[in-house]
Amino acid sequence: MTTDVLAPPSTDLRPAAWLRKNLFSSVASSLVTLLIGALLLWLAINIGQWALTEARWDVVSRNLRLFLIGQYPADQAWRLWLSLLVLSVLAGMSAGLFGHTIRVLAVSVSAIQGLLAAMMLVSPVGPLITVGMLANAVMVWAGWVVGVRRLVPRRAVVVAWLISIPVIYMLISGFATQIPDVSTNLWGGLLLTILLAVVGILLSFPLGVLLALGRRSSLPAIRIVSTAYIEIIRGVPLVTILFMADVMLPFFLPGEVRIDRVIRAMGGITLFSAAYVAENVRGGLQAIPTGQIEAAQALGLHSWQMNLFIVLPQALRSVIPANVGLFISLLKDTTLVAIIGLAELLGIGQSILAQPASLGAHLEVFTFVGVIFFVLCYAMSQASYRLERQLGVGTR
Amino acid sequence: MSVPGLPSLEVTSTPARQQHAAVRPWRDIRVLRLVTQVAVLLAVGIGIGFLANNLTSAMADRNLTFGYGFLGQRAGFEIGDSPVPYSANDTYGQAFLVGVLNTIFLSVVGMVLATAFGIVLGVARLSPNWLLSRVVSGYVEIIRNTPLLLQLFVIYFVVLVQLPPVQDSISVGGVVFLNQRGLFVPAPQVSSTLVQWLAIVVVATALAIAGRMLGSHLEKDGRRNPLSRHAGRISALAVLVVAIGAWVLLPETPLRFDLPIAGRFNFSGGLALSTAFTAILVGLVLYTAAFIAEVIRGGIQAVSRGQVEAAHALGLSDADTLRLVVFPQALRIIVPPLTSQYLNLAKNSSLAIAVGYPDLFKVGTTMANQTGQPISVIVLVMGTYLAISLATSLLMNLYNRRVQVLER
Repeated sequence: MTTDVLAPPSTDLRPAAWLRKNLFSSVASSLVTLLIGALLLWLAINIGQWALTEARWDVVSRNLRLFLIGQYPADQAWRLWLSLLVLSVLAGMSAGLFGHTIRVLAVSVSAIQGLLAAMMLVSPVGPLITVGMLANAVMVWAGWVVGVRRLVPRRAVVVAWLISIPVIYMLISGFATQIPDVSTNLWGGLLLTILLAVVGILLSFPLGVLLALGRRSSLPAIRIVSTAYIEIIRGVPLVTILFMADVMLPFFLPGEVRIDRVIRAMGGITLFSAAYVAENVRGGLQAIPTGQIEAAQALGLHSWQMNLFIVLPQALRSVIPANVGLFISLLKDTTLVAIIGLAELLGIGQSILAQPASLGAHLEVFTFVGVIFFVLCYAMSQASYRLERQLGVGTR
Repeated sequence: MSVPGLPSLEVTSTPARQQHAAVRPWRDIRVLRLVTQVAVLLAVGIGIGFLANNLTSAMADRNLTFGYGFLGQRAGFEIGDSPVPYSANDTYGQAFLVGVLNTIFLSVVGMVLATAFGIVLGVARLSPNWLLSRVVSGYVEIIRNTPLLLQLFVIYFVVLVQLPPVQDSISVGGVVFLNQRGLFVPAPQVSSTLVQWLAIVVVATALAIAGRMLGSHLEKDGRRNPLSRHAGRISALAVLVVAIGAWVLLPETPLRFDLPIAGRFNFSGGLALSTAFTAILVGLVLYTAAFIAEVIRGGIQAVSRGQVEAAHALGLSDADTLRLVVFPQALRIIVPPLTSQYLNLAKNSSLAIAVGYPDLFKVGTTMANQTGQPISVIVLVMGTYLAISLATSLLMNLYNRRVQVLER
């Protein structure tokens, strides 16, 4: 017996019906639509006119090198490009191996590099760097092909990430006679912004996990110390901590120890974000069913074994999206080091605005800086959103 | 006590106690707990002691002392915006107080405005109008994904410097004026009759509530009259009539608004808010409102559709559904994240230094530079921020408890 199966009625609306439903469903709605439409049109005309005819984009293109790497010496810049190449390939391979969440990040890494390469065409940084940047953008895709064909094992890529981060840091700061030290006060621009954020989140993570475990410890002394640290840090603004790190730290160290300003800022950011990481991780710890802990105890595991093999793997997995959110706000918060006088992306923008040739080009500089931040943060928030759904946080 | 057929308790417990005593100290959980705690406290103590020792020797090298004696000395610096009378001849203590008051004023005004704007944005984000919800979500994404400091710079260096001079002020309804010198708004003028008026309104409200309670009590007994159906509206109307009547009839208007009046070179009267204050306030409000909008949207969306459908099935109107069913439930979800947004706003107000508004942090850095007592000053500043944060979260937690009580 065969039955004719009718297709379900189409839920797609034809354009006219869609318009009526979503834009002109009532008199009030129609008015709102017209009002906003007019406003958007007016904005688009004004912004377009400004961007295409009035804006002095040469202020940005002329200073592109400063925006990207600050005062980092030009003859040493190959170290940065090499680091970027490694990161691009790794990002591409991870995207190929680990699927669509990281693909969002890899695509945006590639897109940012392509965008910068396009801007370099009209800026005096030289054809070599432009081609290098473009090659980096392509290398992301090459890495992706390698990853998606499973030419490298997942484990190798994870290990490569872990090794690459300290190696890249050493490469940038210098470690041997062939690779001379580049003083941190020459670091600047996007380079410094990203270094501050990445070093901040990586170093604060272990500290934050320890604080979170400490806050949930059954030992009162440890609990009180951890809770006090977390609550005090979370109760004060980041600027005060940066001010403390910048002005006060020399007072707290023995006279012969000198730590330069960038490292001090990194320390301040790390101590600050550790408290927030701790609260995120605590959320993950609380979400673990008591049955898991009781089962671990019934198996006779030590408390450290239980934490290491049972509790933390589950807790950390569920707090990844929250920590991505934290990383986004940390990336934005790195701009505060401009207040204590470091030349990160926004700070270098201000010093560029102080040049006589760039007088009054505030909007151009701020737009450029804003677009870079927006692309980075938006890509990460989208990745985190996908990750959240992929991990099924809140649905299991 | 012994049960026949079972070994007596005394017999089993003795070997157990012996076994317990046989646990070696380094495996005894009680010893381990004590040792761990002592070790952690020792490590923290040694760390603090090391830092404190370095601090005292570094301060001795620089001939500095720790103390708050400087608070009574003459400050000698001017503060542009001050809610209380202040001059350079006043003490550091008074200067610090001005900073604290400015931070509190900025935070409170910011919280109120950000909440109002955030609710508007959050509701607009859920509008059935596609264009409206898209535009609002675009705004929220742009604001949330760029640094606040950058937004402050744009407001201060790009928008506010392009404002017209005093003669060509932008006027909103003839009562609010915006120009290069800042924002001029009507100043509330409290007169002596305000207390009397407030007392009258409070008494009227109390009477109305008492009447309502009596009414519902009677209703419970089954003595229902046509009036009781509209009792809520009638009592609210009565309070309103009394309030307006008292406002008009009292010998002096309880609260007047002193309007800013355009003079030849500047405005007289009204409340003058400096450009710096306008910049930081607008920046904080626009930024925090985007986050609050997401909190509101999440809260409303978290109320399940079944609730709305059930309310409609019970015959509640749209407005009543929103007021009695959706809102109380959404509020429970909204309040905790809203609290953390308020805390963020209070902490972000320290960015006022970027536009030169003399808040707690800016006054603090000036004091640290002038007095040569950076440690004392920064401890004071951080302690004050901590107190503000704790007070905010305390108030919000009290409110949260009230909201949560509604739960079964």
